[in-house]
Amino acid sequence: MALLDVRDLGVVFKRKGTRPFTAVDGVSFSVEPGQTVGLVGESGSGKSVTSLALMGLLPKRGAEISGSVTFEDTELLTLSDKQLRDRRGRDLGMVFQDPLSSLNPVITIGLQITEVLERHRGMSRKEARVEAAELLDRVGLPDPQRRLDEYPHQHSGGMRQRVLIAIALACRPKLLIADEPTTALDVTIQAQILSLLSDLVSETDTALIMITHDLGIVAGLCDNVNVMYGGRIVERAARHDLFERSRHPYTHGLLQSIPRLNAPRGEPLTPIRGSVSDNIEWEQGCAFAPRCPNATDVCWSEPPELKADDGRMLRCHNPVALGDAVTEGAL
Amino acid sequence: MSILSTRKAEKIDSLAEGGTSLAMDALRRTFRSPVAILGLVIVGLFVILAIISPFIAPKDPYRPYPELKAELTPSNIPGPMPGFLLGSDQNGYDFFSRLLVGAQQTLFVGVFATLIGVAIGMIIGGLAGAFGGWVDSVLMRLTDIMLSVPSLLLAISIAALLPGSQWTVIIAVAMIGVPVFARLLRGAMIAQRSSDHVLAATALGVKRKTIVFRHMLPNSIGPVIVQATLTLATAIIDAAALSFLGLGDSDWRRAEWGLMLGNAQELLSVKPSLAFFPAIAIIVVALGFTLLGESMRESLDPKNRR
Ligand SMILES: Nc1ncnc2c1ncn2[C@@H]1O[C@H](COP(=O)(O)OP(=O)(O)O)[C@@H](O)[C@H]1O
Ligand SMILES: [Mg+2]
Repeated sequence: MALLDVRDLGVVFKRKGTRPFTAVDGVSFSVEPGQTVGLVGESGSGKSVTSLALMGLLPKRGAEISGSVTFEDTELLTLSDKQLRDRRGRDLGMVFQDPLSSLNPVITIGLQITEVLERHRGMSRKEARVEAAELLDRVGLPDPQRRLDEYPHQHSGGMRQRVLIAIALACRPKLLIADEPTTALDVTIQAQILSLLSDLVSETDTALIMITHDLGIVAGLCDNVNVMYGGRIVERAARHDLFERSRHPYTHGLLQSIPRLNAPRGEPLTPIRGSVSDNIEWEQGCAFAPRCPNATDVCWSEPPELKADDGRMLRCHNPVALGDAVTEGAL
Repeated sequence: MSILSTRKAEKIDSLAEGGTSLAMDALRRTFRSPVAILGLVIVGLFVILAIISPFIAPKDPYRPYPELKAELTPSNIPGPMPGFLLGSDQNGYDFFSRLLVGAQQTLFVGVFATLIGVAIGMIIGGLAGAFGGWVDSVLMRLTDIMLSVPSLLLAISIAALLPGSQWTVIIAVAMIGVPVFARLLRGAMIAQRSSDHVLAATALGVKRKTIVFRHMLPNSIGPVIVQATLTLATAIIDAAALSFLGLGDSDWRRAEWGLMLGNAQELLSVKPSLAFFPAIAIIVVALGFTLLGESMRESLDPKNRR
């Protein structure tokens, strides 16, 4: 049975005086225990809103959430605020994008770890401190005992992201959501953090939802990949299938716009033309149509459904032909 | 609500933005500027004087001296004479000693008026910022009303309603600060509420109470501390203004600069220095607190961060 089952999740932002904005629409996916699932898409495609909705962290006023999110037989969307607080941090952990601002600047790192241990694992301050030092050691912080009494500003971005990972995993959640955890970091640090994350989740058998705009990260990490565009999932496939032959023109374009080391000299990179601001409404047709090389009349007039096709889920009228794909090895 | 008070409210709200986490850093930057150092020196000297003045005052400030009384007539107040550096006041007391000891009473009024204003303001602003929703709406309308009355008029009304005592002055002046501190703390807390680290703490299931007291409040008090420094200056001036209007302390004997200034107003033609010295003292001290507060605010402003 799935650990997390997201069915038809929708998020509409409504504010007085503005048109309602659908940020997430009909998103369904599931996560098996211990599995790593990718959520990929460019900035503004609704990845963060999806993750915040799962965690119950969207503002109560102004965001209308529909659908269902089942976590181990519990419907999360209808839980009371108090019930949610008991589960967050204990069953579901989250790591955010910006490690520089995600720690409280005025209290010590130690207190920020122990407060979670005391809260969810019923430890005394003393026990929690011992555990906290162990956690910091596990995420690779040298001299963890001393770190406990230091403040966030005394640490680099990479170190702070390690601390945040330690905090998120402190109560051994069954599911960790990482929302672009490396976007704010230097490239070399990115690789370290990613390998730390993947080591930790496989050691502890934690399921992971990896949110990123970077297909390269997904390639190294995820079992299953959901590609989002304009608030909807447009392609879902096992990692291998996706990189072997991406079928959605958007996924295909993403893969082609990654520079490859073994590409023949002089072969131009082919970025996806246009930007999200060119999107049309999903109700009208395919949101990606204005930017799509394969678009035909039907794409402008009829919204495509998410359908099983070629061992994957695909939302496209004119998918990329089979022979025409980028191979995984090329990445 | 008047346009003026809306503008006041907006200005206060905008001051609250920018957070304060870098308070230490900001303090370090503050004291690189000569203006801040001047402010600190003035405030420092004032506080030291307030503490030691009872011990260094050459004469007892609270009893008349026969030497002075002997020459005192309604149209002649003795000037400097041996042992009495600035001569007599209108009651035959040693003016110089009273001026020194006045530092203590003036600091007392300023500090308590500010502290009470901060305390009440922080309770209102803290509740509004922590709960939001209708609590916030009700409390903020309340501060709007307080802000819509010109500040001195507010203090005058309160002072007029209560019996004339030192605590009346303190409370009346404190009320001027209440809506300012309330809005300031509320604004800072609302900024904190949508901050990344509060979201992160919420995602960890940290309790509401802990989030408010450990994560939001400590990161929100920077602007309040700055404003409190500035308010010390205006509180001292406002207290003096109340005394000047005859709404101050009814104990005319008390050596407090505002009161001394207020009681000297009919004697301007007889002995102007009786008004001049307390006035100068008030202005210099107020300037000190203002310089200090403004430099702190500048270095807390994210726009000025280097
Ligand atoms: N609180 C909010 N109110 C209104 N619109 C929002 C809010 N949060 C996000 N959005 C909008 O929802 C869309 C998806 O945002 P997001 O999920 O953050 O994208 P990303 O995939 O980059 O994480 C964006 O267009 C964004 O402007
Ligand atoms: Mg995002």
